[in-house]
Amino acid sequence: MDKIVFTKPKLLNDTPMHYCPGCTHGIVHRLIAEALEELGDTDHVIGIAPVGCAVFAYNYFTCDMFQAAHGRAPSVATGVKRANPDSTVFVYQGDGDLASIGMAEIVHAATRGENMTVIFINNGIYGMTGGQMAPTTLPGQKTTTSQGGRNPLEHGNPIKICEMLSTLTGPAYIARTSVHDVKAVRNTREAIKKGFRMQREKKGFSLIEILSTCPTNFHMSPVAALEYVKTVGCEAYPLGVYKDVENGF
Amino acid sequence: MKQIIVSGFGGQGVLSLGLMLSYAAMKENRNTSFLPSYGPEMRGGTANCSVVISNKEVASPVISRPDLLVAFNEPSLVRFLPALNEGGRFFVDSETAKKEVISRKDAVAVPLDKLCGNNKKGHNIAMLGVMLGFTGLKLESAEYAVQYVFKNKPQFIEANIACLHAGVDYALKAGLK
Amino acid sequence: MKQLLKGNEAVAEAAIAAGCRCFFGYPITPQNEIPEYMSWRMKEVGGHFVQAESEVSAINMVYGAGGAGARAMTSSSSPGVSLKQEGISYIAGAEVPCVIVNMMRAGPGLGGIQPSQSDYFQATKGGGHGDYRMLVYAPSSVQEAADLTYKAFFRADYYRNPVMILGDGMLGQMMEPAQIPEAVDVNSLPKKSWAAKGNNGGKQRVINSIFMNPDTLEAHNAHLTEKYEEMKKLDTMFEHYRTDDAEVVLVAYGIVARICKAAVDMLRESGIKAGLFRPITLFPFPYGEIAKLSDGAAKTFVSVELSCGQLIEDVKLGLFDSKNRPEVGIFARVGGNVMKPEDVAEYIKSGRITQSWIK
Repeated sequence: MDKIVFTKPKLLNDTPMHYCPGCTHGIVHRLIAEALEELGDTDHVIGIAPVGCAVFAYNYFTCDMFQAAHGRAPSVATGVKRANPDSTVFVYQGDGDLASIGMAEIVHAATRGENMTVIFINNGIYGMTGGQMAPTTLPGQKTTTSQGGRNPLEHGNPIKICEMLSTLTGPAYIARTSVHDVKAVRNTREAIKKGFRMQREKKGFSLIEILSTCPTNFHMSPVAALEYVKTVGCEAYPLGVYKDVENGF
Repeated sequence: MKQIIVSGFGGQGVLSLGLMLSYAAMKENRNTSFLPSYGPEMRGGTANCSVVISNKEVASPVISRPDLLVAFNEPSLVRFLPALNEGGRFFVDSETAKKEVISRKDAVAVPLDKLCGNNKKGHNIAMLGVMLGFTGLKLESAEYAVQYVFKNKPQFIEANIACLHAGVDYALKAGLK
Repeated sequence: MKQLLKGNEAVAEAAIAAGCRCFFGYPITPQNEIPEYMSWRMKEVGGHFVQAESEVSAINMVYGAGGAGARAMTSSSSPGVSLKQEGISYIAGAEVPCVIVNMMRAGPGLGGIQPSQSDYFQATKGGGHGDYRMLVYAPSSVQEAADLTYKAFFRADYYRNPVMILGDGMLGQMMEPAQIPEAVDVNSLPKKSWAAKGNNGGKQRVINSIFMNPDTLEAHNAHLTEKYEEMKKLDTMFEHYRTDDAEVVLVAYGIVARICKAAVDMLRESGIKAGLFRPITLFPFPYGEIAKLSDGAAKTFVSVELSCGQLIEDVKLGLFDSKNRPEVGIFARVGGNVMKPEDVAEYIKSGRITQSWIK
């Protein structure tokens, strides 16, 4: 008899993903699906897809999904959650969506303590539109709108979302993880799982910022892009738990 | 149909007087509309409202020419008196209005402070009492309106009903119509 | 039982009666009574009220709640409704039912806070990007504000389309005796199988408005257009007042129509055969009725509006095929000013009917 050693999570379908080779969106999609399945929480899941590369996320998940306007996913999720308080809601946003155009929405969903889980993909660049400067682009990083490298005097400084949101009283759990190697991926899954568990226990707002790659617009090989996140990314954006009401901070 | 404009400084009970007229009319199953000015008033801190009382459907809540005008201050007179309808009457406080205004035939000058026993908060309600005969509204409807408007401040109801009666009595004694 | 109700309160309570259990708003004059009312009333009925951080956020909460199957509403006034346009476009594109209230104030820009009808184009021609329409109700009394708000939720569900209540500051602030329609039992409302509320492992429901394939999007546009055509057939509402033999027809909506009713009575008293035609739905606009009037006694049409020549364009469209080529004019006050019945009557009596509102 054959032994099943690998299955696809129930919440993912067979559609081939459109993401570029080496892009980490696919990994994170899978982690979300795995985390929910491990929690046994797959029946009443509603996901909110952003504008950006993950705009078609609903093509890969099997749960009910919304596609939100640019930056507005936390507000859409607020409406969804109010209409169906017993559902499990995840919000999927990139750095342009969350930290630029949607800054007001994320801050206020967090400070209201909306009982939802936000997956924040931070790769420091606008992927879908072709590699422009993001609010999280690092000083010196070259993009199509900061071609000589981001100059803080000219372009301003990067925004640190976890640090900023953890100053608020509203959120229950805020953590920054990465997906640059196997260990980091495992930590990310645990963080996502904790966020969803806390949502189910009605503990409130959780956000997991995941440092990610964009090999295409980094102009790097997938391996080099992961190495870049491991070294430069993690130095600029320290990994860790920034807020956790279960541990008293 | 009666078209009424009430006007004065904010805090003089301008809007609540208009509101009580509408409540009293509704109590009698008459059609009515109450249209307040809103927002920070641009014209010298004056608030006003338009009240229509009609046996037919109220066409316009916006009034071209009031039949009755209550003007608690001078700017209100300047603004609304020229539009007073033919045969219309206007109501002022005899203690603050100018002599040449009080002496007009269409003026009804009321000693509000005297009627209210120095209860300045009751001026608008005493005026309601004086106006009843001109509107065709019944005293018990007005009493209902006072009680309704002050339902959250029951401690003021008794004093306010006294002001209302003082206004009605004054109008009767003075033979006002 | 009739109560003396403020227009804004009547809208709020009628929404509750219609089964609205999710309200999202943001403060702006002159509609603040609606969120204020909802903030305590939703608690009583077990619903949800959120004061959003912006109108942009509020309309997206409506998108979420409506898409998840709830009867949802937001209210605002002109500058705030401009901010909602992005969300309204998404809602129309994704076919999410909801009700949006605009108690108009004068513009453009921050404008003023006094009554206006200057968002007519925005409301009726699709204020956001892309091809879409909303059913637009223009109540002219507090009672009608309650009745149309109630009806709006049912029509929104029927079409899976946003419905707008287009009032003005005056309607929101004024009080009249009105009766709130009988409350529905929320649990007895028809189930929405399309709503995204958790699929239990069943068929996936996606609420979205993105169609990257031009043919797919064209088919979606055709589907939306069919809905708007059906609205024209089923939902056009209007009122005639003394138009039977009227030679001068005033065309006005909302509170202005009430002012015009009094003006018509004044004109009739002075021997001028005047009448009023009042569109109750602004989309769909009752073009056909205007055309019929021009086939009869009507020689002059005057658009009476609180905008600089917006309603008049639809009056002209209604007369496009008219054989009799009636005269068309406009009488407008703007900036937050409101005409009095006498002003309208004087304009008609003067016989100097003008195409521009500027004197």
